[in-house]
Amino acid sequence: MEEAKVKIPDNEYYQKLEEYINEVKHMPGTLINVLHKAQGIFGYLPVEVQSFIADKLGVPYSKVYGVVTFYNFFSMEPRGKYVVNICMGTACYVKGADRVVEYFKQKLGIDEGETTEDGLFTLTSARCFGACGLAPVLMVNEDVYGHVDRDKVSEIIKKYKEKEKNE
Amino acid sequence: MSVVTKYVLFGIDDNTLQAGARRVEEEFKRELKNAGLDDEIKVVETGSMGIIQKGVVILVEPDDIYYTEVTIDDVKEIVNEHLLKGRPVQRLKFDGKVDKSVVSFRESAQEIKKQNRVVLSNSGVIDPENIEEYIAVNGYEALAKAVTEKKPEDIVEEIKESGLRGRGGAGFPTGLKWSFTAPLDKKPKYLVCNADEGEPGTFKDRLIMEGDPHKLIEGMAIAAYAIGAEKGYIYIRGEYKLSIERTEKAIEDARKYGILGENIFGSGFDFDIEIKIGAGAYVCGEETALLNSLEGGRGNPRVKPPFPGQVGLWDQPTVVNNVETLANVPSIILNGHDWYREMGTEDSKGTKVYTILGHVNNPGLIEVEMGTTLRDIIYKYAGGVKGNFKCALVGGAAGAFIGKEMLDVKMDYDHLGKYKAVLGSGAILVMNQTACIVDMLKNTLAFFKHESCGKCTPCRIGNVHLYNMLDDITKAKGKEEYINNMLTLAESMQQSSLCALGQSAYLVIESATRYFEDEILEHIERKVCPQNVCEMK
Repeated sequence: MEEAKVKIPDNEYYQKLEEYINEVKHMPGTLINVLHKAQGIFGYLPVEVQSFIADKLGVPYSKVYGVVTFYNFFSMEPRGKYVVNICMGTACYVKGADRVVEYFKQKLGIDEGETTEDGLFTLTSARCFGACGLAPVLMVNEDVYGHVDRDKVSEIIKKYKEKEKNE
Repeated sequence: MSVVTKYVLFGIDDNTLQAGARRVEEEFKRELKNAGLDDEIKVVETGSMGIIQKGVVILVEPDDIYYTEVTIDDVKEIVNEHLLKGRPVQRLKFDGKVDKSVVSFRESAQEIKKQNRVVLSNSGVIDPENIEEYIAVNGYEALAKAVTEKKPEDIVEEIKESGLRGRGGAGFPTGLKWSFTAPLDKKPKYLVCNADEGEPGTFKDRLIMEGDPHKLIEGMAIAAYAIGAEKGYIYIRGEYKLSIERTEKAIEDARKYGILGENIFGSGFDFDIEIKIGAGAYVCGEETALLNSLEGGRGNPRVKPPFPGQVGLWDQPTVVNNVETLANVPSIILNGHDWYREMGTEDSKGTKVYTILGHVNNPGLIEVEMGTTLRDIIYKYAGGVKGNFKCALVGGAAGAFIGKEMLDVKMDYDHLGKYKAVLGSGAILVMNQTACIVDMLKNTLAFFKHESCGKCTPCRIGNVHLYNMLDDITKAKGKEEYINNMLTLAESMQQSSLCALGQSAYLVIESATRYFEDEILEHIERKVCPQNVCEMK
């Protein structure tokens, strides 16, 4: 088993997760729900958290790991506070989604899948969001931004940086 | 109490929310109050009006006037000029064609029956978060009729007779699918609604769930009654926040009204629905992969047979239907199969919901009869092409290109099939002369490569090779034999892949080479991208 890069000593988090697991354990097919919950609590799913889940649910660790790595939504790396998710669906692509990715790379100085040093932004891309009317479109956490161009990229980054300052 | 004389309808969807619809709505309510009109004029939220990329969209009824790109600053003018003085604000009026089906307001049931609108009849008309509004437009009448007056086998027969075919892409006859599961004694049985809409360019199911979630729930309850299921699941992709919220609320309200739960309408029929949220995998739109995901595992497709109808969720008999398919069911039960069969073509009955995007003047969502030509859809409903029509990618990534010479093809399962194209999910992406076909293909293959689940070899490895060849072509490293190699490889993937994901590359590559071989050859032989899109170095 791969060694965890970051230790998460926070017992409170584990306690919270265990409470949830106990609530849903008896229902069949809850692994994905538990992973959603765990990622909500920890922000990501390091191997320790995965093996904790495997123990508590009584399923093999390999199964948990298999599911975590299968779905785009789950991450084994810590992610930035704001995850910039750029739609690369066909409709957005036709409208220049690849250029939007480039703008972000330049502005943030990171590659796709990476997180800025200050832990603020993670840059990812995704399949079609089903918001094609707004193409090219991206999401920052749960907020949707449409008709994105170079200026809007700067605006978006500025907006979250300012938000951070004010918090 | 004063009489309501006018309604101001706000189309609420991702597009308009992003444009600030809620803020405009608040301002509207404030201004109406200031003008003393708040008793007389009611502000109502509804689903998408089918006009997108036009900012905040509102409709004033009964005046039948649409305003688009409305901002907070415009509100006062609309209230003072239009609502107070009766002079519509010309500069904000929407002059494009509106698919009236989507937005016709509070017609009587009789008038709806006359129209050829089925799935979207209430979307943009009623408040999707208010079950009473749904009931007021004959909502849940079909379910009541089904469970109190009809036997399950009658329902299966009715759907069979109607000619309804699956709207998820494959077009399998719905009644036939139900008839495999309905007679089985094995209990429990499950009904699963596939709302993992992931085909690029498709968002019809999202708008159905946002605009009229009760219709889906009613369709599910009828289907469950027909096949003998007591439990239903809606598998919604995680990105569809508003769909999840509205469907969740609709389920809760239906429970409160005794429409879901035990002994529905006193008939002894029990049925309840649970929402499951996806975790992001295109392949989970495939029904057996979806079932694996519902069971909490990796979304790998299963080997068929056995089909889910016999061995499905937790190995129990399970029917998996698409959102749009299920949303057709209540109207068929209410109006009868003869009514439904009047719409559409020989082999494809009823209507189809399309999403039209790309280089068209009015991108949007429409519901038209099966068999409407691509030309009509693009030029009548979507306001024509920006620039010159080059081609349309119909059916999403798993679809096929359709060139100019095929614009008059009737859009239905069988006509398109004859020309090696598919209706698929109903996504129509229109491209003008600026689009490069090699670049489009490369993007599509990058998508397949990324989304391939890895379970079967043809798909896992084939898509990588297809992508690499296309990548070479865009970098001026293409070889002459590539076109043939791609076709042979894609064809063998079509024959040997486990599910539709691996089988899909063939259609898109075959159609691209059929219409645009010259353009691809330019890239390969002359090392030039005629559209100046590809790097070529």
